[in-house]
Amino acid sequence: MKRLFKNFLKYRYLLRELIKKDIKLKYRRSYLGILWTLLEPLFTMMVLTLVFSGFYGKSDKTFPVYILTGRLLFTFFSNSTKAATKSIRSNAGMIKKVYVPKYIYPISTICSNFIFFMISLIVLVAVALVLGVYPTKYVFLAVVPILNLLVMTLGVGLMLATFSVFFRDMEYLWGIVLTLIMYCCAIFYEPKRVIKTGFGWILEINPLYWVIENFRDAVFGRPLDMRAFAFSTTFACVTLVLGIFVFYKQQDKFILNI
Amino acid sequence: MSKTVLSVDHVGMKFNLASEKVDDLKDYVIKFLKRQLMYKEFWALKDVTFEVKKGDRVGILGLNGAGKSTLLKCVAGVLKPTEGKITTKGVIVPLLELGAGFDKQYTGAENIYLYGAMLGYSKSFIEEKYKEIVKFSELGDFINVPVKNYSSGMKSRLGFSIATIVEPDILILDEVLSVGDAKFRKKSEKKIKSMIDKNVTVLFVSHSIDQVRDICNKAILLEQGHLVASGDVEDVIAIYESKISEN
Repeated sequence: MKRLFKNFLKYRYLLRELIKKDIKLKYRRSYLGILWTLLEPLFTMMVLTLVFSGFYGKSDKTFPVYILTGRLLFTFFSNSTKAATKSIRSNAGMIKKVYVPKYIYPISTICSNFIFFMISLIVLVAVALVLGVYPTKYVFLAVVPILNLLVMTLGVGLMLATFSVFFRDMEYLWGIVLTLIMYCCAIFYEPKRVIKTGFGWILEINPLYWVIENFRDAVFGRPLDMRAFAFSTTFACVTLVLGIFVFYKQQDKFILNI
Repeated sequence: MSKTVLSVDHVGMKFNLASEKVDDLKDYVIKFLKRQLMYKEFWALKDVTFEVKKGDRVGILGLNGAGKSTLLKCVAGVLKPTEGKITTKGVIVPLLELGAGFDKQYTGAENIYLYGAMLGYSKSFIEEKYKEIVKFSELGDFINVPVKNYSSGMKSRLGFSIATIVEPDILILDEVLSVGDAKFRKKSEKKIKSMIDKNVTVLFVSHSIDQVRDICNKAILLEQGHLVASGDVEDVIAIYESKISEN
């Protein structure tokens, strides 16, 4: 354990460099650069609002905020798990030549995605203020679902990174699973409508749905839903422990398979 | 003076050569159910034991496929041996395939920091040595150009300059003395010689017996993963040469 920690300290600078690289290269040579981190969610929000409230003739003024809260969280989860899945294979060249702790690759891509996510929260704040969703004392509780989401993503990302070394199909399979998860997150519809039809259990078994619910509680000024909190926290911790376990068990075999 | 800096203890490295490559889940499940998952075991190294004392310069000899590069990768920590143990003391600098860790979209300057971090250098150290690295690589203004536009010679020059900026305790050389053009080769040879003069321990793989004789004082001979001889460089070279003429 102590050796692990010392090793981490030694490669702390590499972790920073890798995160910096992701961020620097993502928008290099595009004219608007990092501004895209703000524009992309804003435009998707407009499209989704147009489709799901305009076409259905809903008149809730705060609906864009509702959509944005769900979408931002889901996009972070989706982007970073997808990147983590590929992380070991896309860094194969380095893994084969230089010794570096391998967990640094999935973790650095998740961290850089997390930074993009934090930046994109600016859009949420702006849209919420414009549409009259003002922060209450509950807004500080947004830290809880965000932390849960990060822990969950790290766990899932480590597992996916490991599996995809042995089965290339994982990348494509995970893309499909993500679509499924997206539709089960109540991003652009209200959970009431699903619960009414008797399919509420689909939301109930989806930890990401609970995270989003907790986040919405904080944004819309409601106290934290304790059931959602308990469920998502347990899930997050279990996946992280499992992810670390699986990764450590298999990491020495990576090089034989990439 | 005679401290052991590297000890290789009964090291074996096993590879599974899949008779057919199984790459996706469907194939795997089908083959697993049919019990067709057959692996051929292949020991690239088997029961290799030797010790290197501080200041020794060890040449590793052997024909192609004898396990030389596998051994170096095990020492560098890239591969983890299937059995046995390798203990090293001090900073190891592996000069294996230079510039492999570069990011193509990054400029040379950015890659100095990235590659340096990968080799475990600290930020302040790289900042301090940055100018020296650029100067040694002779890249000049090209340092601010993305590496994807570099020639292979430029890439290995930069790789060599970054990797040799530290003073290692153990230097691992895998036929890298042929970096760049004749001029740079001379310079890199001089650099390595100066490192060797500072009592650095060297592991050196080469097919050129003259180079080994020139640099090393000790040598080991590998044959199909087994250690067949170790000792003074001249003795081992004699055995190696007699093996070659046998074939």
